[in-house]
Amino acid sequence: MLAMIIKEFRELRRDRRTLAMLLALPVLLLIVFGYAANFHITSLTAAVVGPGAAQVEQQIAANPQAAGHLDIVATDPSGDVAAARSYLADAKANVAVYVGGAKPVVYIDGSSLFAAQSAQVLVASLGSKVDSEILFNPQLKTSWVMVPALVGLILTFIGMLVTSIGLVKERQNGTLEQLAVMPFRPSAVIAGKIAPYFVLAAADMLAVTLLGVWIFKVPFNGSPLLFALGGAIFLFVVLGLGVLISTISQTVGQAIQTAMFVLMPQILLSGFIFPLAAMPAGVRWIGYLLPLTYFAKISQGIMLRGAGLSSLWPAFVILTVMAVVAFGAAVLRFQRSIAPVRSRAGRSPGGKLGDGTAEQGVEVLKGATP
Amino acid sequence: MSVRPAAGGWGAEGCTVRFTSARGVVTALSDISLAVPRGQVTAVVGGDGAGKTTLLRVLAGRVTPGSGRVSAPDAHDMGFMPSASGVWRELTVDENLEFVGRAYGVRGARLAARRRTLLERADLLDAADRLSGRLSGGMRQKLGFCLAMIHEPELLILDEPSTGVDPVSRVELWRMIAETAATGRAVVMSTTYLDEAERVASVLVLDGGYALYAGDPRNIGSAVPGCVVRGAAAVVAGQAAWRRGPETHAWFAAEVPAGSEGVADPDMEDAVIALTLAHDARAADPRAAT
Repeated sequence: MLAMIIKEFRELRRDRRTLAMLLALPVLLLIVFGYAANFHITSLTAAVVGPGAAQVEQQIAANPQAAGHLDIVATDPSGDVAAARSYLADAKANVAVYVGGAKPVVYIDGSSLFAAQSAQVLVASLGSKVDSEILFNPQLKTSWVMVPALVGLILTFIGMLVTSIGLVKERQNGTLEQLAVMPFRPSAVIAGKIAPYFVLAAADMLAVTLLGVWIFKVPFNGSPLLFALGGAIFLFVVLGLGVLISTISQTVGQAIQTAMFVLMPQILLSGFIFPLAAMPAGVRWIGYLLPLTYFAKISQGIMLRGAGLSSLWPAFVILTVMAVVAFGAAVLRFQRSIAPVRSRAGRSPGGKLGDGTAEQGVEVLKGATP
Repeated sequence: MSVRPAAGGWGAEGCTVRFTSARGVVTALSDISLAVPRGQVTAVVGGDGAGKTTLLRVLAGRVTPGSGRVSAPDAHDMGFMPSASGVWRELTVDENLEFVGRAYGVRGARLAARRRTLLERADLLDAADRLSGRLSGGMRQKLGFCLAMIHEPELLILDEPSTGVDPVSRVELWRMIAETAATGRAVVMSTTYLDEAERVASVLVLDGGYALYAGDPRNIGSAVPGCVVRGAAAVVAGQAAWRRGPETHAWFAAEVPAGSEGVADPDMEDAVIALTLAHDARAADPRAAT
């Protein structure tokens, strides 16, 4: 039995992915659930709008309890009710206070579920001094907030996993070698290999969105065209990631393992379960590196708040940059795996490691041993 | 990179290929030349890591040599069967043929005719609807051959087509290979089986990227330096020996030791082993070069 145990440890030591899983996963989960997993939002962003805005701002500043919870991001004495609402639609504030009627009205953004719940508590403490209204998700339904982000999670899961599996199989069965010698242009091989997954993932996105709207009655207030554009850009990111995963995986099992590594942080840190605003800055920055964070912003903004490009453009820009980088790198790596391998030039037997041809060399040596 | 040959066929000339690996720079091919004439089968023989696959990949245009010249037809006129048979396992036999056929511009009536001819010769007609992943190893290799042949290429490159194939399928595979050469095409294949190498028109024996022998396999015995002995005299302490059936054979760099029986004309297997030993001896001590 000892022999068996020693053998198992030896194998594990060489399987770096499993090792990483054993070490990194507990650390990640500990950090996420210890620090980041926090539903309770203590600080709300607020906009104060209307003729009495300056006065209310002073009152809030003077009240230590309110000042601790409210972070006034805008004061707009000339604005009307529509202006107050648009602060929420553009996600510039969690709450907007309109001071112009008989009573101040507090508008709460229902698309940020946990911020809205904190705001409700705050409003309740004020009693009958103010009126309040929850916009976009009046009943604060979790499903309304979850479904738009889930569309992104499902796309990440399917796009990344299916693409990388499809490509790794081609490599594992030796048929990539066959494709490389066939009279296809490299661009035709890449496009022909990725286009089906793009179509499938797009169909999936449509189906999930329609089902979400139909089963959970999630509203779709914004432009379907803008939503489709965001989805398409996001798809390029996840398909690119899928191709990249395939280029560092030799087997389907490895591809799935690697995909899990990319997927886990997206589930936990993209802000769709645990609000980013409630995470400490030390963990929050990871969330800002993840594509799903931006797609969730886009899909929630468009579906629930009817937000347009005027407020969502930063998310679109970041997602586009991610798409260009991920998809570009994927195409280059894939192209290299079907391009002819160049021998090292020169006749000197010496040579240094890691001089750029290393990876190509390794690839050929792998190919050379059936 | 591809240049038309002067006459008669394709090939590689003075090709050297080096790769960088974790162990440093590895010479996969050292100044290797190989002629692949039309109308005959040329075999590349050698053990694992000899450089067979690299040489075939050079011919197929998948590896660009650091030095040397390659003459090979354009991708449309070349058929390549990788060592893993190059069959799409999740497609049926027919779907495989259709996909590869279309890639080479073979469709419609021509595709139907090619399909019938190839499947008939490979004895795969009854398996046409079967998933390629469910085929036996031998059937899959035969299908790989059909795929490489679907467009009737001028040059057919087969990487270990018979490795892991049952004896009956091997016979069928060989019949197809021989028939292809007989129709005037150039066929080059790699193999680890020396009995296969004995029956081809021309053979190149590789070891560690070096050419040990090139030419008619029937003349390989005369290329062996020193001598091959058998019987009791072959069992000498410190001498590398190998078993052939009940007998022990050994190679001596110099003349036949007294009182032993020399093998008059070493066969392919004896010759390849002796040539490898001679090459190793030369590499270990360059002054003792014969």
